[in-house]
Amino acid sequence: MNEGAGAVKGAVAMSGDGVGAVRVTRAEYCVIACAEAWRGDGEVLASPMGAIPSVGARLARLTFSPDLLLTDGEALLVAPDGTPEGWLPYRRHLTAVTGGRRHVMMGASQIDRFGNQNIACVGDWSRPRRQLLGVRGAPVNTLNNPTSYWIPRHSPRVFVERVDMVCGVGYDRIAAAGPGAARFHRLPRVVTDLAVLDFATPDHSMRLVSVHPGVSVEQVAEATGFALTVPDEVPFTRDPTPEELELIRTVIDPGGLREREVPDPRDGPGGRTGVSPGGAGGASATGAADAPGAADADGGARGGGIPAGPGGGGR
Amino acid sequence: MSDKTMSAQDVVGRLESGMTVGIGGWGARRKPMALVRALLRSEITDLTVVSYGGPDVGLLAAAGRIRTLVTAFATLDSVPLEPHYRAARESGAFELREVDEAMFMWGLHAAANRLPFLPVRAGLGSDVMRVNPDLRTVTSPYPDPVSGIREELVAMPALRLDAALVHMNRADRAGNGQYLGPDPYFDDLFCEAADTAYVSCERIVDTAELAKEAAPQTLLLQRSSVTGVVETPNGAHFTSCAPDYGRDEAFLRLYASTPYAEFAERFLGGGEQDYQDAVRTWRKERER
Repeated sequence: MNEGAGAVKGAVAMSGDGVGAVRVTRAEYCVIACAEAWRGDGEVLASPMGAIPSVGARLARLTFSPDLLLTDGEALLVAPDGTPEGWLPYRRHLTAVTGGRRHVMMGASQIDRFGNQNIACVGDWSRPRRQLLGVRGAPVNTLNNPTSYWIPRHSPRVFVERVDMVCGVGYDRIAAAGPGAARFHRLPRVVTDLAVLDFATPDHSMRLVSVHPGVSVEQVAEATGFALTVPDEVPFTRDPTPEELELIRTVIDPGGLREREVPDPRDGPGGRTGVSPGGAGGASATGAADAPGAADADGGARGGGIPAGPGGGGR
Repeated sequence: MSDKTMSAQDVVGRLESGMTVGIGGWGARRKPMALVRALLRSEITDLTVVSYGGPDVGLLAAAGRIRTLVTAFATLDSVPLEPHYRAARESGAFELREVDEAMFMWGLHAAANRLPFLPVRAGLGSDVMRVNPDLRTVTSPYPDPVSGIREELVAMPALRLDAALVHMNRADRAGNGQYLGPDPYFDDLFCEAADTAYVSCERIVDTAELAKEAAPQTLLLQRSSVTGVVETPNGAHFTSCAPDYGRDEAFLRLYASTPYAEFAERFLGGGEQDYQDAVRTWRKERER
């Protein structure tokens, strides 16, 4: 990633476009950070869960990772414009998982410093305070194909010291899970509305990789319920190129689903705190909002396209 | 070939309290809802339900018919969290055997192939092992040719079923079942994993019509693994049954936002025809 310099930027100016300053929204930085997860992956299935990862996967496919495969959220493999190119019912999707020809970006209702993830329930499993999605495919995902995470609202309620139920398996648990368990285990990155994180530390604990422009390192630390590894220099998440911005705004997501998932903080008090996660993609009023990220945390074997139209993003 | 056609009531008449019942489809997709509604009209209870859960699980859980649930999730797809399932789970209404989506599939494969278990690379390191203390692992007898490691895998036990309930687009009277949508889900496995399998369908057609309507690989269910066939037009409502119809999103939202007792009172009081009529009436009132 070609991150910017470590100084605080305000509204970001796109240089060299001859039009003047172009405001890049927080959601658009998140799209770029998600797209980067699939850079260099080659001919594998990109399984995004959530609106912004879906935009990111399509952006990667249209630009720097042209060999990626995408699904329509039902049972078809499709080009970015929706043209079918293959058949991927659940049974074959699960083989893409176990065969390793896939990189999924799941949500997380809770995640800890070693990347253990929970989407099943909050509280004691035997009688949960809040039943969420269930384990879905998180166990098989994490043991078999690269698994990244998308968290649309970075907060201490999500970034916890200890998750209530380990669904997606983190680095400490996989190391203790017996011979061969870690063979295909890899958690490339965690993208949030504030920052990009990974596990590239000696003990595979979580590390801050970059902050999105407009976010401070302190802000990320405060929103994280455990001690993060923070390098001396923390770069900004890279800017979108003019071509990428054009693709995001006019080709991939002209309806602006990304802005509903992560409202721009400069758009007033409703920005950071006023919209529940999962507002995009038809999440309901059935209580998704009282577990941050729950509505977007579909850990299922199948991800989805942009959650619009039939299929609802594969949820 | 024997004629296996029967009514939904006949199907329920062959089920008993305490049975292990597998329900096909996935989430809010091609669920045998007419058969589930018939089950709700009966006194049958104390069931072990095996399902990639959707409103089938929500309704049966809310009605108190489930003793044990085997699943990886329960969702309405467009409404990610199944509210009635959720309420039942939070009140401790049933025992949950929570397994991963792939473990579930291999459990069905094991049952369909009359194997006691199949090895799966899933579950290790996760709390699926903690919440299912009966789960065991197996060590591969074959060392990896490169690393020499003999891998430890989860031995997913067979999910053998007393009965399976699935919904197809078409079937003939002998029990050959056809899906016309994009995904077979695991309905063939459910039937093969079960001692008895009951297939509801949108339309019963002559056997000769099956291969005329679509390519032969749409013939998902063989009659040798099917016990009974029920014609239930709109029988997957309000889940999807592509290409015959999509999910009834408006009704799904009504279901999701209505307390179960109230929903049951309005929609589940009579037979299947009464249900379909009540839905039509609700739709007309809404359009007014």
